[in-house]
Amino acid sequence: MSAPAIPVSGARTDSRRPKRKAIDRWDGIVERYFRFHTGAVYAFLYLPIVIVILFAFNATDTRVTLWRGFSPKWFGIALGDPVVQSYVLNSFIVAIPNAILATLFGTMAALGLQRVGKRVRLAFDALTYVSVVVPEIVIALSTLVLFATTFDAIESFTGGARPGFGYHTIIAAHVLFNTSLVLLLVRARLSTMDRTHVEASYDLFAPPWPTFKQITLPQLLPAIFAGFLLSFTFSFDDYVITTFTSGPGSTTLPLYIFGAIKKGVTPETNAVATMMLVFTLAMLALGQYVLNRNNRVRGESSSMAGIITEQQA
Amino acid sequence: MTAVAAEPGRFASGGRGRSALLTSLLVLPTALWYGLLLVAPLAIIFVFSFGVRARNGGYAPAFVLDNYADLFNRPEPYINSLIMAGAGTIGCLLIGLPLAYFLATRAGKRKNLLILLLVIPFWTSFLIRTYAWLLIFNSDSGLDGILSELLGTRVKINGTPFAVFIGIVYGYLPLMVFPLYVTLERLDRTLVEASKDLGAGRWATFRQITLPMALPGLVTGSILVFIPMMGEYVIPAILGYGTYYMAGSALVSSFLEARNWPAGSARAVFLIVVMMVTIAFYLWFVNRGRKVRETSVL
Repeated sequence: MSAPAIPVSGARTDSRRPKRKAIDRWDGIVERYFRFHTGAVYAFLYLPIVIVILFAFNATDTRVTLWRGFSPKWFGIALGDPVVQSYVLNSFIVAIPNAILATLFGTMAALGLQRVGKRVRLAFDALTYVSVVVPEIVIALSTLVLFATTFDAIESFTGGARPGFGYHTIIAAHVLFNTSLVLLLVRARLSTMDRTHVEASYDLFAPPWPTFKQITLPQLLPAIFAGFLLSFTFSFDDYVITTFTSGPGSTTLPLYIFGAIKKGVTPETNAVATMMLVFTLAMLALGQYVLNRNNRVRGESSSMAGIITEQQA
Repeated sequence: MTAVAAEPGRFASGGRGRSALLTSLLVLPTALWYGLLLVAPLAIIFVFSFGVRARNGGYAPAFVLDNYADLFNRPEPYINSLIMAGAGTIGCLLIGLPLAYFLATRAGKRKNLLILLLVIPFWTSFLIRTYAWLLIFNSDSGLDGILSELLGTRVKINGTPFAVFIGIVYGYLPLMVFPLYVTLERLDRTLVEASKDLGAGRWATFRQITLPMALPGLVTGSILVFIPMMGEYVIPAILGYGTYYMAGSALVSSFLEARNWPAGSARAVFLIVVMMVTIAFYLWFVNRGRKVRETSVL
């Protein structure tokens, strides 16, 4: 791909290229610029990730940004820190139920919405987009106001018993966004799905449930799986909604990291941040691997990227 | 939700009643969540935005427009947000368009891998990736330090609007690239070749063929990055040290610091209005002059 021509597609264009080049001497420069630009953007995207990982290996005992040599010691310290351990546990306590509920609700709704009238579907569509598009901070604060007002009302109604903020409020708020996400992913899959198999199954007098289990569900599985994984990572990484719906004792990792950034990070924070980054990256890579294997078996091509970009259609 | 039964329902064995019940059960949890955690919170802040601050903070019922008037009397956070989101959108466009073009037309076999590499950081710890820029700009071993050393004067990027700008472009770039890529990939390459065969130069072809056809993706991408940038809270809080005051920062401080819920609610409602105007413009633009067709924002 090195020297002159545009390697677009097919020999037809290629055979004509030399002549073209005489006319358009900018061709080479433009092509080279495109490649340089793309490389630079990917460097821009991954540089911060590399930098965080690098600083986590800093042997410094005082200033985080003063390089004092390479050492993995902060990982050991972070892993042995009971406070950090409790934040990790909290993060899982929130992320896992959230991912399960959101995947279940989103998938169910995607299937149900195929069977409802146009008006109901439009209303759902509108709400789905609202939940995804309204800035996170607005959702977070209005949810906070709703919870606080409801809890006040319950307190005055029962005369003293006030429900508090905690895991349940975080999960409830996360499930909203993630249900919409799963719903969009599964619906995109449903709309591109080949319906002939389903019809064949019904023609052969298979009842609805076996048809669903044997035909529809396997085809939806990649989207459901991607939805589960993205819901999990969203919840695991989320700061904005979590911070306004959490209570005492339900601090998750992102809250800890944001607090550390405001108060001053320690090398330990960098180690925790690195482990979080690597964990999320590993989850996404695992997702891609599972989808790839699934594709090879089924002879389809779908990737996390494909499933997500399918949305843009 | 009553009558209609589409494809699968038509064949369902249990008759219409059971089928309708199943349908309701399927959409029930999501409907519940949308009602209780989306419609209700937005409705409550809409109501609160007309109230007054209770003496010990929070909300006291009233019907006044003071909160909205106040918002226009002190518009700085919104102006800052507007400038930052505008600049960020242009930044994403300048970086994203050539990238999307490369991915759509030049990437060849590596296309899927490159797109995956674009998606992955987007789903990975927004907070940590933002924080990373503090490290990159740091004044000991980072860019601030290196530039200060080289130029002989103190250079400070951290805590400035420029750092916030880099942060938002970095954070939202993929949202610009996806729709651009999708439109450019569907672009009919034969038109480009025809244009070149007819003697049009590279620039003329880009301006008259590629750009107009990529316009829907370009507008979608711009809307997708502009809206969250307008409401961005984390990036200015971290990279701007909280000193570059944007709409999101004002929103949070009126709720948490001033404990003035009605004022905060008005700010939230205003942000939603800005968002709706933006989307209305988008829908008008996409459907302009053609048959109504299904459009999606995401």
